[in-house]
Amino acid sequence: MPGLGTSFGRGGATDHQQDLQNADVITIMGSNMAENHPVGFQWVMEARERGATVVHVDPRFTRTSAMATKHVGIRAGTDIAYLGGIVNYILSNDRHFEEYVKHFTNARVIVGEPFADTEDADGLFSGWDPEQSEYDVTTWQYDGTKVHAAAGKRGKGFAPGEGETEPGGGEPPAEDWTLQDPRCVFQILKRHYARYTPERVAEICGCSVEDFLWHCEELCRNSGRERTGSICYAVGWTQHTVGVQIIRTAAIIQLLLGNIGRPGGMILALRGHASIQGSTDIPTLYDLLPGYLTHPQTKDYGSLAAYVRATTPSNGFYGNADAYMVSLMKAWWGPNATEENDWCFDYLPRVDEDNSVYWTVGQMLEGNVKGYIIAGENPAIGSANGRAQRLALGRLEWLVVRDLVEIESASFWYDSPEVESGEVSPETIGTEVFFMPASSHLEKDGSFTNTQRLLQWHFRAVEPREDARSELWFYYQLGKKIQERLKDSEDPKDRPIQQLRWNYPTSGELEEPSAEAVLQEINGWDDRGQALASYTLLKADGSTSCGCWIYCGVYAGGTNMAARRVPHWEQAYVALQWGWAWPSNRHLIYNRASADPEGKPWSERKRLVWWDSEQAKWVGYDTPDFEADKPPSFRPQPDAHGPDAIGGDKPFIMQADGLGWLYAPQGLVDGPLPTHYEPHESPFDNPLYDQRANPARLQNDLAEDPSNPVAGEGGSDEYPYVVTTYRLTEHHTAGGMTRFTPYLSELQPQMFVEVHPDLAAERGLEHGGWATIVTARSAIEARVMVTDRMRPVTVAGKVHHQVGLPYHWGQRGLTTGGAANDLAHMTIEPNVNIQEVKAFTCDIRPGRRPRGPKLTELVAGKRAAAYAKRDGAERAEPESERWT
Amino acid sequence: MRLGEVLGSWPLVKQLREGDPLGLGKAAQSGASVRLQPRIASADTVAQSICPFCAVGCAQLAYVKDGKVIQVEGDPASPISRGRLCPKGAASKNMHDGPLREYKVKYRRPYGTHWEELELDQAMDMIADRIVETRNATWQETTEDGAPAHRTLGIGNLGGATLDNEENYLMKKLLTALGIVQVENQARI
Amino acid sequence: MTDLAQPTGSPAAWPDTYGDEAKPRMGFFTDTSICIGCKACEVACKEWNLIPEDGLVWTGESYDNTSSLNANTWRHVTFVEQRKQMHLDPIDVESGDVATATREGGPQPLRWLMESDVCKHCTHAGCLDVCPTGALFRTEFGTVVVQEDVCNGCGYCVPACPFGVIDRRHLPRQAEDAPLLMDLLGKKEDGRVWKCTLCYDRLKGGHEPACAKACPTNSIQFGELDELRERAGKRLEKLQAERWNGARLYGHDAGDGVGGFGAFFLLLDEPEVYGLPPDPVVPTAHLPRLWKSTALAAAAMFVGLAAAFVGGGE
Repeated sequence: MPGLGTSFGRGGATDHQQDLQNADVITIMGSNMAENHPVGFQWVMEARERGATVVHVDPRFTRTSAMATKHVGIRAGTDIAYLGGIVNYILSNDRHFEEYVKHFTNARVIVGEPFADTEDADGLFSGWDPEQSEYDVTTWQYDGTKVHAAAGKRGKGFAPGEGETEPGGGEPPAEDWTLQDPRCVFQILKRHYARYTPERVAEICGCSVEDFLWHCEELCRNSGRERTGSICYAVGWTQHTVGVQIIRTAAIIQLLLGNIGRPGGMILALRGHASIQGSTDIPTLYDLLPGYLTHPQTKDYGSLAAYVRATTPSNGFYGNADAYMVSLMKAWWGPNATEENDWCFDYLPRVDEDNSVYWTVGQMLEGNVKGYIIAGENPAIGSANGRAQRLALGRLEWLVVRDLVEIESASFWYDSPEVESGEVSPETIGTEVFFMPASSHLEKDGSFTNTQRLLQWHFRAVEPREDARSELWFYYQLGKKIQERLKDSEDPKDRPIQQLRWNYPTSGELEEPSAEAVLQEINGWDDRGQALASYTLLKADGSTSCGCWIYCGVYAGGTNMAARRVPHWEQAYVALQWGWAWPSNRHLIYNRASADPEGKPWSERKRLVWWDSEQAKWVGYDTPDFEADKPPSFRPQPDAHGPDAIGGDKPFIMQADGLGWLYAPQGLVDGPLPTHYEPHESPFDNPLYDQRANPARLQNDLAEDPSNPVAGEGGSDEYPYVVTTYRLTEHHTAGGMTRFTPYLSELQPQMFVEVHPDLAAERGLEHGGWATIVTARSAIEARVMVTDRMRPVTVAGKVHHQVGLPYHWGQRGLTTGGAANDLAHMTIEPNVNIQEVKAFTCDIRPGRRPRGPKLTELVAGKRAAAYAKRDGAERAEPESERWT
Repeated sequence: MRLGEVLGSWPLVKQLREGDPLGLGKAAQSGASVRLQPRIASADTVAQSICPFCAVGCAQLAYVKDGKVIQVEGDPASPISRGRLCPKGAASKNMHDGPLREYKVKYRRPYGTHWEELELDQAMDMIADRIVETRNATWQETTEDGAPAHRTLGIGNLGGATLDNEENYLMKKLLTALGIVQVENQARI
Repeated sequence: MTDLAQPTGSPAAWPDTYGDEAKPRMGFFTDTSICIGCKACEVACKEWNLIPEDGLVWTGESYDNTSSLNANTWRHVTFVEQRKQMHLDPIDVESGDVATATREGGPQPLRWLMESDVCKHCTHAGCLDVCPTGALFRTEFGTVVVQEDVCNGCGYCVPACPFGVIDRRHLPRQAEDAPLLMDLLGKKEDGRVWKCTLCYDRLKGGHEPACAKACPTNSIQFGELDELRERAGKRLEKLQAERWNGARLYGHDAGDGVGGFGAFFLLLDEPEVYGLPPDPVVPTAHLPRLWKSTALAAAAMFVGLAAAFVGGGE
């Protein structure tokens, strides 16, 4: 979530879904909201009924497009060109919300001399190191100071022990409030996007100039004091090698139009799993600790305090990160964490730059990872390059799979496509596999954090049957057993596990641990054992304990706030008494921005939170996302740090400067401004720069993950089409919960491929027949759906067809079919290590795929033919960083 | 049964008595139809739940009778979903008690060609043993450059976006304490 | 007669046969202009009514794989892909020629119609008229329901439905290339007929039908038919003012061949486009009168006997 996190301060949707009804224009892009979030989509329909314009920008015409005022079809992977064109439209026509931009964003800040733009270096920013294939991110810093981003790779460019570098008083030292200085962010932005003209957008994206301009005008028309607009996105944006930067472009648009923090103005990140937000808040992610604290790396920080300063801003509420961190260590190691032992800081294992899941798969393939636990995920189908995923599982010593049904990640050793093709067999796979049946949501207590940061408790309805157990039970009992085995060890490495606070009350025959007790630990206690009401009460002296500082308050007053269910008809639309939203039950974050710098609502129509001078506090319909009694006129002392460095007119309280970041001077590894690059695999050159694709993307040298040749290389004509993968309403992700369910299987009972009639004619594909889709990784088959909905686009004067593939299927379940992800590659985005499955290249041919060894022959033969052509041609661009 | 009741239940007599000479309305109502009640009315308990599929967070009500879920439907009180569900949410019960759900531990030994049965507790012991052994065998106190590491790169863990916060919390806490850093989930966004 | 009587197009046997027990006539207004084709209605219906899965058959008919209303599918979402615009451009309104209207440089017009179809609960219901066993009846809510404890599977009602809704239960459909499933061999369904009951049991308990409750966008609206008809009229006016292409009501008119639907629709094209009959007529239009004579004759024969018991039985 560093796209939102670096821009605004927090890695979460800025608003609640219901507030979409207050939007005057809604752009849905990188999301098929009607299909994948149908119930949330009711709020889009409410807005449409109230007269809002709804625009769907997408390579495909989907059920969302069918409901939109207009669908604008674009070529997959050209989102930044499109959005950058909107930025250009706003700036070149002076349509930005000037007061908002001047006061609430970093438009006025002067950027340091070392910064050079892609416009001056043909697609590379300053600081590019071709040998390391990475940027020196310090060249992007503000003039006269160094700031940390509130999210992302916050340690980058800061040496351990560097100490506080952020400006005292929070204000960057060099600014131009007239926004005229050529090195101020506003002017840099203007120059950076000047070439993203409507004509250029149409040429790159394949949409019409007319549709694009109409969209720009709808956005601008619905901006300002009286009107607001919202943007909804999902993994259609994230799953690109430039995914984070796409989201950043949306953040720039929303800041320029003055939408963030205001009713009906938001960026809504639509998440695909029940608690995907929760699993980043309490991260089961290698590079984070709970509450978006950076996981310490293999560096000698010196101390916990020094690590905190090296990895978080010292201004704003991250200025108190030491309190969050010490409280976390107290939650984990209790009385064993003391000031004397630096709060057990050395108990934390250290991570490398990249220990992400795709790196791990590479390590598995090379035999370096021995054991693996999979809980509620199906990488054999859901991760890019399914063949590599399954081969990797087959090189483990042991594997635990926990799921409701026997998914492909558990059965790969006897029924995978590789077993069918004869590449491997049970006799050649040495992995010991434990399949452990899991509990369904109806069989356990616990909380999910939904897409709007709202924690909602669910109660157990029935006990799980036979061996089925919750993850809570599994990890708790597993920890107990491991503690038992290590209790007498004198090896210092076992001390963190021996001393771990690991006692939760259990109940019933199954000895299910109490989820509520765990939630209490997450919320935290003071030194008297009282539940804390807010993260502002956390201390760095060891007197408080808190398992996730942003969740502090979810058990305020000893009440499970996540379980509150006051009906919506008994409260205002913000619904503060239903569940609990982090932080501090604020539903529309940065809502200080709903008032002008003086604290008055921008307009009656868009009133939400404002300064009440009589009561001397912020009041309104939502919990103010601001210190309640800090007046708009407050100005920090010049040496102030932490929250005290945030002025009364700065709504972005997590940021080092309290401002919305149009330009991100730190936190991202691939640039301070979004720039159009082609996908890793693309049949097109980059019309804007010689640099074709994101130079910072992470490639690999795995034999199991070959790439298709791309534009500028010979052989790209072997894979001439762009394929995009997606979900359908009727199924869920890799299908574990739906392909095995009768009522859903009958609604979408077979894998299919969607193609336009012209492409069908071009390739001899017959509606209802079969097609085989081939990449350098694999080939799968699918039934052919010929449809106008796969609208062709005109790119650089030529008609271009795209191929659509849902990715729900695999070899198991009630309905089976080819796994689209088998076709995808593992070149990943450099900030968040996500796969690029929304745009890669393929070939498509009529008929079913060959069976047995002939499948391997088909894939290898085609690859060899392509590579033979490529090897004759010169490589068009420098190698990017390789992660293996 | 008295003759009157017998005859009274004859369709035609019933039709006439109930003013429904064509037998299309009340007179045609069978005893079962008269007594008909929605099955949720007979539920022993109703659990407040949340849909397990996407992240919209629709509220559900799970009706339970005799220890079994008999119906799952939307909770109208929710300000987000207002009682509505998509097809996946509406199929929650079908997912929960689907024909392919697994309830027993299955074990596959290295190079084995079939699943074997295994007691749950034994499986837990074996997994705990594996973790301890692999961790010992692959422990890395410092990196090659001598920087602190305190970890194992020999074990990984995947999953979490479908799980509860409390489950993710215990997972992260335990694995971090064990020095397992390759903890990852679907949320790579 | 109660004061619940409809001014026109009142169904036979409702509300009069229910006396004080009669409830307002309930129905569905399915507004396809806000249908997102998610099929929650199909699933919610199956979950509530415990309807069997109807086989795994990929049809290639857009996103529709359940194909039709039948004994195993009581809500069915139709998908229609069209080269038409959703809204009429002002310039096209005059000529009315919008089907092929394209703008220079813009993409081909395209719209994707979705409609959740259901039993119409006709005011004059053919199925009900021909049912010889009394399995089909008009409920106190004015809806038409099959009583499975009475139905003997004679199937007379099947051809009597002008919409092809009511159907005898069949084994799950099989894909043409599917291997025969052994567990289905030799199995037969009992042949009783099934269709939407407008969730009669839920209505009796004060709950709305499962499909309407689940519908994410409120495309399926449940309520008192009078109120729904009024709402639909206003809705049509709004859509027409917004230049929606082809907006019209279907089954709204009490003067049509089935006396109006208890479950009616707002469509965005001709009914045929959705696979609906343009001018449905109840095939038993003249039957009630015939049956009425028969019934009266029969009644006369037994009147003496019956009166003895009815009058003095207690």
